[in-house]
Amino acid sequence: MNAEVKMMRTAAETQYSDALAALPGAEPVRALREKALRLFAEKGLPHRRVEEWKYTDLRVLLREMAPLAGKPDAAALAEAKKCDVLANVGAREITFVNGAFVAGLSNLKGLEKGLTISTLGDALKNDATLPQLLAGLNPGKYDAVFALNTAALNDGVVIDVAAGAQVTKPIHIRHIVTGTKPVSVFGRAVVKVGKKAQATILQSHAGPDAVAYQTNTILQLSVADDAELDVVRVQAEGDKAIHLSMMIGAIGTDSRFKSFALTTGAAVSRHTVPFAYSGRNARALISGATLLRGKQHADMTLEVDHALPGGESRELFKTVLDDESRGVFQGLIVVRPDAQKTDGRMMSAALLLGENAEMDNKPELEIFADDVQCAHGATTGALDDDLLFYLRARGIPKKDAESLLIQSFFGEAIENIENEKIRDAVMKRAGHWLAARG
Amino acid sequence: MALLEVKDLHARVEEKEILRGLDLKVNAGEVHAIMGPNGSGKSTLSYVLAGKDDYEVTGGSATLDGEDLLVLEPDERAAKGLFLAFQYPIEIPGVASMTFLRTAVNSVRKKRGEEELSTPDFLRLVRERAKELNIKDDMLKRPVNVGFSGGEKKRNEILQMALLEPKMCVLDETDSGLDIDALKIVADGVNRLRAKNRGFLVITHYQRLLDHIVPDVVHVMARGKIVRTGGPELAHELEAKGYAGYENAA
Ligand SMILES: Nc1ncnc2c1ncn2[C@@H]1O[C@H](COP(=O)(O)OP(=O)(O)O)[C@@H](O)[C@H]1O
Ligand SMILES: [Mg+2]
Repeated sequence: MNAEVKMMRTAAETQYSDALAALPGAEPVRALREKALRLFAEKGLPHRRVEEWKYTDLRVLLREMAPLAGKPDAAALAEAKKCDVLANVGAREITFVNGAFVAGLSNLKGLEKGLTISTLGDALKNDATLPQLLAGLNPGKYDAVFALNTAALNDGVVIDVAAGAQVTKPIHIRHIVTGTKPVSVFGRAVVKVGKKAQATILQSHAGPDAVAYQTNTILQLSVADDAELDVVRVQAEGDKAIHLSMMIGAIGTDSRFKSFALTTGAAVSRHTVPFAYSGRNARALISGATLLRGKQHADMTLEVDHALPGGESRELFKTVLDDESRGVFQGLIVVRPDAQKTDGRMMSAALLLGENAEMDNKPELEIFADDVQCAHGATTGALDDDLLFYLRARGIPKKDAESLLIQSFFGEAIENIENEKIRDAVMKRAGHWLAARG
Repeated sequence: MALLEVKDLHARVEEKEILRGLDLKVNAGEVHAIMGPNGSGKSTLSYVLAGKDDYEVTGGSATLDGEDLLVLEPDERAAKGLFLAFQYPIEIPGVASMTFLRTAVNSVRKKRGEEELSTPDFLRLVRERAKELNIKDDMLKRPVNVGFSGGEKKRNEILQMALLEPKMCVLDETDSGLDIDALKIVADGVNRLRAKNRGFLVITHYQRLLDHIVPDVVHVMARGKIVRTGGPELAHELEAKGYAGYENAA
C-alpha cells in the first residue's frame, strides 16, 4: 500500500463506520452492510484529488456525520403531512419520513394490474436476485455515497412493473426529513420496468430550513426491452442540508427513458447518474435545471455508458447561479467499441446572475467506436444586456425582465417533461425560486 | 410646452463623443423626421432617449412633457410614454410573444395607474392590432422575433407601439429592409396612430418612407447634431442631392 495515498481518517469517516456497523440486520442485508463497510474503511470519503469528485470535496464539505435519525414520532408525521412538493399531480405516493416508510402517508391500495410495490424487507424475502442488485450494478467501481448507502440499508421500496403493464398513474417516492436537529437519513428505491411495460416515477426530497441534516438516497432503475420509463425528480431539501444522491439506470433494447431533475435545495448537493445502455437502439433523455443562490453548492455528475449499438442519448442541463453559489456539471459519455451508430448529444448551459457565482463545466467524450455521432457543449454566461434593454424599453421593470429571461433559460429543460400536470408543478416550483430572488 | 424637448445634448459611447450638442423640439400632434448620413448618430440619439446603459450623457437635457427623461430607468420612460421602434429588433428565444406582450402592456398600464387587462380583453386587443398589421397568429405563437423575417420584425415593432399607446414614438429606420408592400403596411400602422396628443420622430436614411408618413418638420443630422431644419421639401432635396454636403459638416 502506498503511504502517500493513505490519508488520515476524518471524524466523519470514523463516525460513519461506527454508526453503520452498529445497525441491526439479518442476512442478506448484513453481508451487504459488512462488505460495504470494509470498502468504505479502505477508500473512505472522496476528496478533490479523486477525479470524479474534483469540485465536490466530501472530506472538506462533510466534516461530521449527523446522528442516525430515529423512527418518526407523531410530531414528525404531522410535519411530513404538510409537505407539498409535487403534491396534487395525481400520483400514487410512497412516503419515507426520516428514512422510515410510513404506510399512513402512502397509498398502496388498488395497485394497477402488473404493479407490485413492496418494502425493501418484504422484497428481499421474495426475490433472491435483489441482493445482487442492491450491491451495485458495477461492483468493480467504488463510490463512497453508494458504499455508505449500502452499509446503511434499512427501509426502502421496490417497485416492480410486470412485462406489458401500462401504469399511467405516476408513482411518487417522497423522502421527507422533519425536526429541528441534524440527522442522517438514508434511502434506497428500486424500480424495475418489465418488457413492453410503461411507468412514470417521481422522486422528491424535502426537509426543514436551518437544520444541517444529511441525506443519502439512491434510486436504481432498470428498464427492460421495449419498455418506457419517465422519471421526474425534485430536490427541494432545506437550505442547510447536505444531500447526496444517485440515480443509477440501465436500459434495454429499444427502450425509451426520459428524466428531469429540478434542484433548488440543500447547502451542498451531489447527484450522480451512472447510466448504462445495456441493450441496442435504446433512447434516453437525461435533463435537469438547477437553481442556486446564497452559498449553495450543487454538483450534477453523469456517466453515460454506451456499450451496445444504436443508442441515442440526449443530455440537457441548465444551471442558474445567483449570489455566491457554485454549480458543477460533469458529464461523461463513453462509447464502447461495440456501440456503433451511437448518437449522443450533451449540453450544459449555465447562467451566472451573481458576480461571485461560479460554474465548473466538464463535459467529456470517450469514444472507442468509429461510426458514431457525438457532440457536447458547455456555455457559461450572464444575462444578455441587449435582451434586457429590449424588454425594459417595453416598460417591463428590470426584475421582471430578468425573470422572463431566466425562466426562458431553464424552461427549455423543463419543457421536456411530457406529463402536463407534472410539468406545471415543476414550473411552479421554479417560479417560486424566481419570485424569491432578492 | 413641447412634448419632447432635447437641449444641447452631448453623449458618448466607449469614450467616443457621438452626440455633440443636439437640439430638438417635437410638439404633440407633430411628425418630425430626422435624416442623415450613416454614422451621424441617429441611432445613438434614439438609444440615449430610451435609456440604454452603454451610452453616457455628458451634457444637456431631454424632457418628455417637461419631465426629465434622463434620470429615469428605461422601463419608467416607456411607462411615461416614450416608445422606441428599434432599427434592429432582437430575437428573444424562449420568451413567448404573447407572454412578452402581455407583460409589457400590463407593466405599463400598472405604472400609469390603469387596470391590468384581463386575458380575454388582452387577446382581443392583440388580435385586432395584429390583423391591422397583417401579423399572422402563427407569428404570435413563436418566441419574440424568433424566425421572423426583417419585415416581420419591423411590423412587430409597430404592433408593440400600438399596444403600448405611447405619447412619443421614435422610429429608428423602420423602413430599412422593407419591400414596398411591407413599407405601406408599416406606414399605415403609423398613420393610424397619429393623434393630437402624440408625437413622432421618424429616423430614416431615405426619403421614400416620408412619402407615406408625411412629416411636418424635417431635420438633417450630421456629426452628432441637427444641422438643418425645414419642411417636407427638405427630404426631397436630400433625396435628389444626397448627403454629400453634410458628411463633413459641423
Ligand atoms: N456601442 C458602440 N460602441 C462604439 N461605437 C459606437 C457604438 N454605437 C455607435 N457607435 C458609433 O457612433 C457613431 C454613430 O452611430 P449611430 O448612432 O449608429 O449612427 P447612425 O444611426 O446615424 O447610422 C458611429 O461612428 C458608430 O460607429
Ligand atoms: Mg442607425
